[in-house]
Amino acid sequence: MSLTVDSVSKKFGRFPALNGASFVAPQGGFVSLLGPSGSGKTTLLRILGGLEFADSGSVRFADLNWLDMPARIRNAGFVFQQYALFKHMTVADNIAFGLRVRPRPKRPSKSEITARVTELLALVQLPGLEGRYPSQLSGGQRQRVALARALAIEPRMLLLDEPFGALDAKVRKELRADLRRIHDHAGVTTVFVTHDQEEAFAVADLVAVMKDGRIEQYGAPADVRRNPRTPFVSEFLSV
Amino acid sequence: MSIFSNGRAGSRQRAFRNPTEDPLWLKLLLGAVAIAFITVLLLLPLVLVFKEALAQGIAAFWASITEPDALAAVRLSLTAAAIAVPLNTVFGIAAAWSVAKFDFPGKTFLVTLIDLPFSVSPVVSGLIYVLVFGMQGWFGPWLNDHNIHVLFALPGIVLATIFVTFPFVARELIPLMTDQGRDEEEAAATLGASGLGTFLRVTLPNIKWGLLYAVLLCNARALGEFGAVSVVSGHIRGQTNTMPLHVELLYNNYDYVGAFAVAALLAMLALVTLVLKSLLEWRFADELAAVHRH
Repeated sequence: MSLTVDSVSKKFGRFPALNGASFVAPQGGFVSLLGPSGSGKTTLLRILGGLEFADSGSVRFADLNWLDMPARIRNAGFVFQQYALFKHMTVADNIAFGLRVRPRPKRPSKSEITARVTELLALVQLPGLEGRYPSQLSGGQRQRVALARALAIEPRMLLLDEPFGALDAKVRKELRADLRRIHDHAGVTTVFVTHDQEEAFAVADLVAVMKDGRIEQYGAPADVRRNPRTPFVSEFLSV
Repeated sequence: MSIFSNGRAGSRQRAFRNPTEDPLWLKLLLGAVAIAFITVLLLLPLVLVFKEALAQGIAAFWASITEPDALAAVRLSLTAAAIAVPLNTVFGIAAAWSVAKFDFPGKTFLVTLIDLPFSVSPVVSGLIYVLVFGMQGWFGPWLNDHNIHVLFALPGIVLATIFVTFPFVARELIPLMTDQGRDEEEAAATLGASGLGTFLRVTLPNIKWGLLYAVLLCNARALGEFGAVSVVSGHIRGQTNTMPLHVELLYNNYDYVGAFAVAALLAMLALVTLVLKSLLEWRFADELAAVHRH
């Protein structure tokens, strides 16, 4: 049930975004992909989410050939930097979206959906905001709703693309702690992209430092910090 | 220093001037020029249309727009628009969707092609259909053998109308959909929505006001189109004359009251469109702000 990413490569035109990235994460692990802009971390995450095709390489997850499955059947919750909430829907409708689009036999009843929305809003600490629209929320609240929406489908994998990048430092810290709590509660394998090393080290079990489409170093936060394996990693971490 | 501190403190809000603001005389001058221009070129002619239409009283006006040929023209115009506008709505959404949401070779060419009807004279676009479907054209003899009438009949008029009004929906939606990006569609996909489900639940609600606005403009143009339709219609009174063609025919026959009465009817359709458009703009200003206008 672990996640195995094996030599994944991807080019955009002639620009190599990923150059054989590989890592292995245990089931329920929390991995941070850390690196400067253009290091390929978002591309790798989007490939895991099914939003981008890989040119070569493979990903196995829960004994599934992950890259052969289209995004909509992967059941991987994705949280975007710019929230990507459905602007014309209320918070409740946003969160319920993934449940309502299920085929009829697997779709929960209306009352079950309402109950689930209430439960998820409590989990992300926004109780009572069902009727609001995304434009009536602060950035931090929007990202909490996006997180609840991704969790509503009971995802096998949670993917977060710089989810706190647009938020101020105080809100980032609160959300970071909440994300960790929610991850531990749901036990879902999580991959988290950030360029903020403090954030990566504070929240993850495993950190992958990326550069030029490759993973420079992969390990527990303390190990990576104590023994940077390349000059790039030690320089990147010392900033 | 004093101006800024006063303005910021809010004690003398009215004294605060925008540093990049133009002087008053310039604003008045530009405003007056614009108003004079609009009055002479747009407002006066419109008023004159109604004045001429009612020159011999309301009874004559009513008689002119209810005589059989005028009613046939109204019916034909509405029929052509009722076919052309829905088709162009579907084509326009499909074109805008593919241009805005995907990258593919030949995309720039497709956008240029969509703009073609705007840059080509309507008469030329009418002639294209004569070349294709006329008796001397490619398909003319075959169509005639099978008793299918395109030219000088409803199909030709509809084709010409579709051609001329094609860009409205696509042009309106491309910048709107490009601006919205693919984030919400991607989110929908990761949440398990199918392609159709994503379109109906996410894409369509996001473009509905821009789409409605585009459909109104498309409809206005479809009802008013003269050049292209004139070439393919054959001007058969009571049969293939649309409203604009009927106006021309009456005018050339010195039936001024009749001509202006039908023209007034067309103008009223346009005014209704404008009012609806303004209501939409007023109500959904934010959502329309991203829409580029031509």
